[in-house]
Amino acid sequence: MSIDTAPTASATALDATSGTATRRDILHRLLMTLGPILIALIIAGFILLAVGVDPLAYYGFVLEKGLFSPLGIQQTLTRMAPLLFLAAGLIVAFRAGMWNLGGDGQFLLGAVTAAASAPVLVQIMPSWLALTFSFLIAMAVAMIWSLIPALLRAYQGVNEIITTLMMTFLGTSLANVLVKLMFRDPSTTVPQTRTLPVEDRLPRLFETTITSGLLLGLAAIIIVHLVMTRTAFGLKLRIVGANPRAAVHAGLGVSGLTVTVFAISAGLAGLAGAVDIIGVQGNVRADWNPAYGLAVIPAVFLARMNGFAAIGFVFLLSVLSIGGESAARRLGVPNHFTLVLVSIVLIVLALAEYVDHRYNQSRKA
Amino acid sequence: MTGLFSEVFLSALLFGAVTAAIPLLLAGLGEQMSEKAGVLNIGIEGMMLAGAYLGFVGAFYSGSLWLGFLTGAAGGVAVAMIMALLCVRIGLNQIVIGIALTLGLEGLTALLHHFQFSRSYPRLPAAEATVIPLLSDIPVIGPAFFKHHLIVYLAVALVFAMGYLYRRTQLGLNLQAAGDKPAALDVAGIDVIRTRTIAVLTTGALAGLGGAYLANVGAGLFIPFITNGAGFLGIVLAMLARGRPVWVLFGALLFGVCLSLTTAMQVAGINIPTDVIQMLPFLAVMIMLVLFGRRASLPAALGIPYERGAR
Repeated sequence: MSIDTAPTASATALDATSGTATRRDILHRLLMTLGPILIALIIAGFILLAVGVDPLAYYGFVLEKGLFSPLGIQQTLTRMAPLLFLAAGLIVAFRAGMWNLGGDGQFLLGAVTAAASAPVLVQIMPSWLALTFSFLIAMAVAMIWSLIPALLRAYQGVNEIITTLMMTFLGTSLANVLVKLMFRDPSTTVPQTRTLPVEDRLPRLFETTITSGLLLGLAAIIIVHLVMTRTAFGLKLRIVGANPRAAVHAGLGVSGLTVTVFAISAGLAGLAGAVDIIGVQGNVRADWNPAYGLAVIPAVFLARMNGFAAIGFVFLLSVLSIGGESAARRLGVPNHFTLVLVSIVLIVLALAEYVDHRYNQSRKA
Repeated sequence: MTGLFSEVFLSALLFGAVTAAIPLLLAGLGEQMSEKAGVLNIGIEGMMLAGAYLGFVGAFYSGSLWLGFLTGAAGGVAVAMIMALLCVRIGLNQIVIGIALTLGLEGLTALLHHFQFSRSYPRLPAAEATVIPLLSDIPVIGPAFFKHHLIVYLAVALVFAMGYLYRRTQLGLNLQAAGDKPAALDVAGIDVIRTRTIAVLTTGALAGLGGAYLANVGAGLFIPFITNGAGFLGIVLAMLARGRPVWVLFGALLFGVCLSLTTAMQVAGINIPTDVIQMLPFLAVMIMLVLFGRRASLPAALGIPYERGAR
């Protein structure tokens, strides 16, 4: 394409070509995302056929419920809120080269603290203030929870994959203990926390059922993206991620930055828990663990830690999970098929990116 | 009377600890080999699930526990082949593929279970134990450690075989080099991709075997999500063991005791949420790390795909 435009190298021509180039770029990106998804759907369709389910009917329900029906798309957008916060937290950590795999533990502790504090706080202060406090408490608890892996990594060099994984096991159990022993609602037989009345939850957007947590999540991920790409602080974190030793020689306080990164990442995961509880669920039941983190991690990688691309992938995950739940109910397939579908989509997307990369390389050479 | 009761109780507790420890041991040993060779194998949970499901199917339809172990290991290898192809040969991101495989196998095995066994929930008969003469007559310890299925002793023997492999053989050195300085191994004329592939496939076999043991001997049946994080525990064990198989064994036993304690407390009717006991091993390890945590000695090239000629 550069050969065509080379002779007319005037300023206006350059602008025009860059215009078409970006449009072609966007088209290319779109093709490289939708193409693999289509392939993944076909592969997963064979699995459906194998267990005796009509793939077209299944996908029809997924699209109808997850994307096209008014109620479905509202549920999808609502589901996005916690996932966006989680993705934002992971982007900070991964760009700074730190493997925070403890998102689920941080998420659950944030959720439990929000569920424990919000119903109490709304009784003594205006609801908006109570919710703000609950958000802050959830964030603080998740941040404190990440302190041990952060300090161990910053000052002892202990690998954070082990420590965050262990802390996530601990956090999941601790969240259950808190629900069963400390914050249990005495008026119910099922172990769960006090339920936040619907009118005290995060307001819904306009006349829909979409939680306003969606806007908070979008704001969080966009702010994170801009901070990481456009500010000196973000640059520092990216240097630490690219080469920690070079960062030390450049005079950056790597230990302090490490603790900061963990705090931000865990804080956002805690907020994810809070937004799910205060916006949608209203309480935490014992043994509740949606394990969002596990699906969001690969999505963030595929988005190449780009906030805007991550929004797209989170949307895709939400469509698949909301649509899948409904299709599974109607066709009598267990909901577990959604996991298979997500898995195949992730693998094919990763493969497509590789093929694209190799193709570009061979064209350059 | 109470003395007798506690003796029986204690040996049952330890017996359960060994049973719970074996899948973790196998997963940990497998993961250790991958990590030594520079592959962070997060898909191990999926490999265990494949092993648990296929191991159960094999044992259920053939009636032979050994055939079950074989199909279980084969299931683990099958998943490991995808991992090896995508992450070692092509060099895709190990965390993306690992998590994707885990999610996929969680879903797939649960799905197959739903269509096959969810109405009947068939069980296998209790595994028959190989009783070691003399040793099994020791009070408490005898029934706890020396009345297990033969594969338990083989798994423990594997610990020492692995130690020998890493320290005394060419393959062991190659594995280490593939993780520490793959370029040097390449220059020495040894295929890095092949070495890493061997490691990943072995991981798959061991993880699959661990899963099959979990389903066939530990539980006697397959239920969805039966591994419940055992693979991730294997990753933790492998990383804590710093390349030494014996430490995987000790770690697995520590976690095994705590898991067994959970069941024992429930049986004894002690009213503490099981979650509290489940936290114990992690607390113990975290405290150990806080007290003694030094720089981890992980392979330098862990998680980085090898591409010849790349900087």
